[in-house]
Amino acid sequence: MRRLGWFVALLVLTTAAPVEAARIGEMADWNFGSQAARFFSLQDPSVRYALGGSMLLGLCCGLMGAFLVVRKLALMGDALSHAVLPGVALGFLWGMTKNPAAIFAGAVGAGLLGAVVVQWIRATTKHREDAALGFVLSSFFGVGIVLFTMIQNLPGGAKSGLDGFMFGQAAALGPEDVWLLAGVTVLALGAVGLFYKEYVLTSFDEGFARSLGWPVKLYHYSLMLLLAFAIVSALQAVGVVLVSAMLVIPAAAAFLLTDRMGAMLAWSAGFGMLAGAAGAFFSFTGRSLPTGPFMVLAAAALFVLALLFAPKHGMVGRLWRRRSRAARIRRENTLKAIYHVMEDGGFREEVVAVGNVAARRRETAVGARREVAELQRAGLATEEGGRVAFTPEGWQRACEIVRNHRLWELYLTNAAQLAPDHVHDDAEVIEHMLGDETVRRLERRLNYARRDPHGKLIPGLADLAAGAPPSERAAGFAEKGAA
Amino acid sequence: MVQPWTEDFMVSFWIVVMGFLVVATCGLVGTYLLLRRMALVGDAISHSILFGLVVAFMVFRSGGTMVMFVAAVATGLLTVGIIEFIHRQSRVKTDAAICIAFTTLFAAGVVLLSVAEVKGPVHLDAECVLYGEIAFVPLDPAVEVLGLVLGPAPVVRMAGVLVGLLVLATVFYKELLVTSFDPALAKSLGIRVGIWHYGLMAVLSIVIVSVFEAVGAILAVAMLVVPPMFAAQLSDRLPVRFALVFLHAALSSVLGYQLSVWLNCSPAGAMVVVGALLFLLAWAVTRPRRAAFPGWMAPN
Repeated sequence: MRRLGWFVALLVLTTAAPVEAARIGEMADWNFGSQAARFFSLQDPSVRYALGGSMLLGLCCGLMGAFLVVRKLALMGDALSHAVLPGVALGFLWGMTKNPAAIFAGAVGAGLLGAVVVQWIRATTKHREDAALGFVLSSFFGVGIVLFTMIQNLPGGAKSGLDGFMFGQAAALGPEDVWLLAGVTVLALGAVGLFYKEYVLTSFDEGFARSLGWPVKLYHYSLMLLLAFAIVSALQAVGVVLVSAMLVIPAAAAFLLTDRMGAMLAWSAGFGMLAGAAGAFFSFTGRSLPTGPFMVLAAAALFVLALLFAPKHGMVGRLWRRRSRAARIRRENTLKAIYHVMEDGGFREEVVAVGNVAARRRETAVGARREVAELQRAGLATEEGGRVAFTPEGWQRACEIVRNHRLWELYLTNAAQLAPDHVHDDAEVIEHMLGDETVRRLERRLNYARRDPHGKLIPGLADLAAGAPPSERAAGFAEKGAA
Repeated sequence: MVQPWTEDFMVSFWIVVMGFLVVATCGLVGTYLLLRRMALVGDAISHSILFGLVVAFMVFRSGGTMVMFVAAVATGLLTVGIIEFIHRQSRVKTDAAICIAFTTLFAAGVVLLSVAEVKGPVHLDAECVLYGEIAFVPLDPAVEVLGLVLGPAPVVRMAGVLVGLLVLATVFYKELLVTSFDPALAKSLGIRVGIWHYGLMAVLSIVIVSVFEAVGAILAVAMLVVPPMFAAQLSDRLPVRFALVFLHAALSSVLGYQLSVWLNCSPAGAMVVVGALLFLLAWAVTRPRRAAFPGWMAPN
């Protein structure tokens, strides 16, 4: 029984060695500048293979990962990368050598079996996707561990170097590994290029594809086959756990940048290659640092950048849009308040006191002054000695907002039969969002009504088109108000 | 076949006991995870916990139980927090967010580990992520309480975690039940769903870190997912499921150890294989009752 303990200790020792070797520049005299120069001159064959392999890996994984992310199968990559393990071990058992062809075939077979078992559990039990994936991931991995530890205990098995598959050794990438990666990448590019339409449609609208009579399952499993290819060829470089990162992270970053599948594939592949190159670079220039984790950290950094700064879906952009919208609404409310104050005075005055605006907005004097200053910056009003006047644009916009508000109130009372005292709050929100087309339709529908439910005048298109300054408008409104 | 039992009974005994405790503890938490459809959050935390452990070792230079527990809970909550942050702040779906969160933390953990190796010896190796050292358990010094020899330290600690978990599951049975099955009802009853969610995540982190050394990160996922699936296959009642999880733990630890002796392989791996086979058996037994099988490679 003690033997078991010793063998585990031995196992830990033997597996520690490949991890040590999993670093690219193992230099006695280490210097960042000279290492970087060596890296960029590409004179070292090991640098060429590591860089080429890492970038091909990023390209291939990025391509496959884009489909995983849009199909909401992100964790399928994680599950399959663990599930290929027993196949790797079986491939090794076939002839007891590290025969790449046997290992590749075994791993792809195990990966496909994993994909089938996931579907199978989902179809025949009440368990959901997460449980099915968790089951395949962990129990296949358990089988793999059993086979692995058996191999370690077989005579001559301990030196098999199979543990490289766990953490990856980009440093140990040889020409045949790079060729394998290149072959898989070409295959993936070819398949995606040839069946682009089919893959996109089955990814986004499976039901429609099925109704067209397309073999949806065939496309699913062919994608899983390509995924298994990508995973198996990438395992050598980044290892079991981090393969799923290279599948998902670049694709998720790309997902934030674009709404088009073609562009997403390109971004995802590009991010993957960039992350691969960055991983190879840092691993080579930093002393004894592993490659795979640096690739993943580089990809994660790209994702964080996309999460923050993506033009449409990024956090900064969204925050900026939200803030500028809030500022616009605040400006429009101030304009409206000034209009109301003028209207209360029968439009006799061209200027109103900031204090009156503050009262109207239920604001402090300081707050109202700040808002008026903001209007001034936006060129919508001018302020002098505590009195504020519209510019022509300000007057125009104020009229539009008041019109939107009153039209909507009228529409709600007429068309939706709401009581006149129930329509204000709704109009208060919608007034900032109504577009020209909707306003035209509302006006037509309401027969170009002149008064809102509360008896106030609605500024019409003709009044606005005249673009009249407040002084001229005041006379017009006063006449109509008196009539 | 029976040689390890007759020759060195205590060693075999403690490995099997440890296996039972590990599977039962994980299965208990896993039952709630399965109900909440969060099985893969267990996967995420079990990977990202490496990062927390490495940081804790680097900061405290010790591997005391409390340090490990605190590090685990912090990392677990960090992982869940990152997942929810990405999910809320962007249009990335939860599954992709899970993958991003744990792989990044794992990668950071591996990098820190290699840096720490340069700067000084850290009593933690990346291989424990994969295999675990359940076979070393009997070699640990025994714990004595009031002159009573209880057993090797990891076994005693694991038993403590299991007992604590059982107490929590009994005391808060109703709250966990309601928040797992019907969060809307729980909210209307005035139960704070978020607190129970994060509490469960904290407990999950503690469970994972305490089984980490014995079975490794990835096999821990199997023990979180497979026994509850086995139990769910056989019963819809929560207390019955708990009993079935214990049955599963007993069977998979004894048979798994036996398998590992027979094949001369990792005991933790063999326990997972037996556990998966038990699920397949339950699936085969209940298949006609639960669902009609629409054919090979059935559509979803």
